[in-house]
Amino acid sequence: MSNLAEIETKTSAPPAEDAPERRQWPRWLITLISVSCLLGLWEIFGCDVNPVFGSYPSAIAVAFWQLLVSGKLWAALFESLQPFFAGYLLAIVLGVPLGLVIGRFRTAEAALGIYVTAGYAMPLVALVPLLILWLGLGFKVKVAVVFLMALFPICINTWLGVVAVPKTLIEVGKSFVAPDLVILRRIVLPATLPYIMAGVRLAVGRAVVAMVIAEFFTTISGLGAVIINSANNFDTATMFVPIIILMLMAIGLNSLIGWVERTVAPWQAEIAGRDRE
Amino acid sequence: MGEVTFLDVSKRFSIRVEGELHHVQALDRVNFKVADGEIVALIGPSGCGKTTALRVAMGLDPSTSGRVLVDGREVHGCGHDRGMVFQHAELLPWLNALQNVMFGLEMKGMRGAELRDTAEKYLELVGLTDSQKRRPHQLSGGMKQRVGIARALAIDPGVLLMDEPFGALDAQTRESLQAELLDIQARTGKTIIFVTHDLDEAVLIADRIIVMKQGRVHDILTVPLKRPRADLGMVRGTPEFADTRYKIWRELHDGEVVH
Repeated sequence: MSNLAEIETKTSAPPAEDAPERRQWPRWLITLISVSCLLGLWEIFGCDVNPVFGSYPSAIAVAFWQLLVSGKLWAALFESLQPFFAGYLLAIVLGVPLGLVIGRFRTAEAALGIYVTAGYAMPLVALVPLLILWLGLGFKVKVAVVFLMALFPICINTWLGVVAVPKTLIEVGKSFVAPDLVILRRIVLPATLPYIMAGVRLAVGRAVVAMVIAEFFTTISGLGAVIINSANNFDTATMFVPIIILMLMAIGLNSLIGWVERTVAPWQAEIAGRDRE
Repeated sequence: MGEVTFLDVSKRFSIRVEGELHHVQALDRVNFKVADGEIVALIGPSGCGKTTALRVAMGLDPSTSGRVLVDGREVHGCGHDRGMVFQHAELLPWLNALQNVMFGLEMKGMRGAELRDTAEKYLELVGLTDSQKRRPHQLSGGMKQRVGIARALAIDPGVLLMDEPFGALDAQTRESLQAELLDIQARTGKTIIFVTHDLDEAVLIADRIIVMKQGRVHDILTVPLKRPRADLGMVRGTPEFADTRYKIWRELHDGEVVH
């Protein structure tokens, strides 16, 4: 019996010997070459530009070093990250359950779906003054801005993920008499995880933008303050330092989330495979 | 411990095809009775209502009128007195074989050491003790369906309902699973109602075959083969097998009842 099954699995896999022998470049090397080319071109052409209108990598590196040794960079980063993570984590903690409920229950979808769809397109910058009136100029309003920007992509992705869960998997739960909430937690949630993680990734970018907006429009602080102050002093090289740090942070968070996804949902990568040209 | 009665069961669907509303009479006053420990096959052309009948019996779809009784109790939704085996096994992809069997048991309220022991016992019954740590995508089609059968059997239902359980498998795997199903039934004494479009399968496994057409019970045939049917290869060679198979074939093709 089990022999039959073994034969079946063996024959279903394509024979590895027949595949053309091809040496593939490692992904990190391709990325490294791409980044080096970009930095090289920027360095060559950036040098010729008036330093007020633009900058170039080596000048930015010098500015970075100066900010670092003066201790300003660490202080600004620390100040920025607190509202960032508070708002971002709050968006995950509330956005995922909200998306699950909206996707699973048609009453919730009809009652709340419209706000989530509208909220995603909300021109938040325009609402910041109002948020300041409600929450003041400090920590709270920054958390609120980051939260509002990150919530909707997480919620919408979760919602779409729930809608895409195969009906038969839900019926498995039903036929074993699982209560609605158990179906939601033990079937819908794990089946939706890839969508949730995609939403969580999209939200990183929006949360970073939201953080800078908040620092521009409320109490000027953190990395946003470094950007504004150096821009006002026509110190373009220094202005680029926090911008690049924020982009690097987003890349780091994305790979962290990717790692979390592979850890909590290893079956997904195993099913989908990573075999691409 | 597993008697199923269909009393005048009807089921109407409304579907919208290119803007036009169509009414489909999936089941039309279906009556039949399945005795405890009996194996019954539902067979018929696609769209004849055989899967709908099974889903109504499981409680996944409500009937429009009529009643389904299981051991005298009317079916309202799903219950632990019935176990469902799905066409493509439908294992939860994030759980391994053992956890998939445990899932059903947990829903029945079982916890602790008893939960694990029971799940292991039923995986052993379907011959998968060595593969209990594998996730569904690491199992072959036949192995998946065995886990599906173990999951349904583990909750110890009186009735096993199977929706084309071996339809997606290759011929060799299908044959061995058919033999295994008969063996499991002999050991557990479950009532089995299964949907199939495979004439051979219906005759090989079932005690009685319900032929359905256009939502109605067209005919009910008793298979003149005794159980246990240890060697299915030999059963295939008997004149009774050929005769019954031919009768059903005729009924499905020209609709004429041949007795």
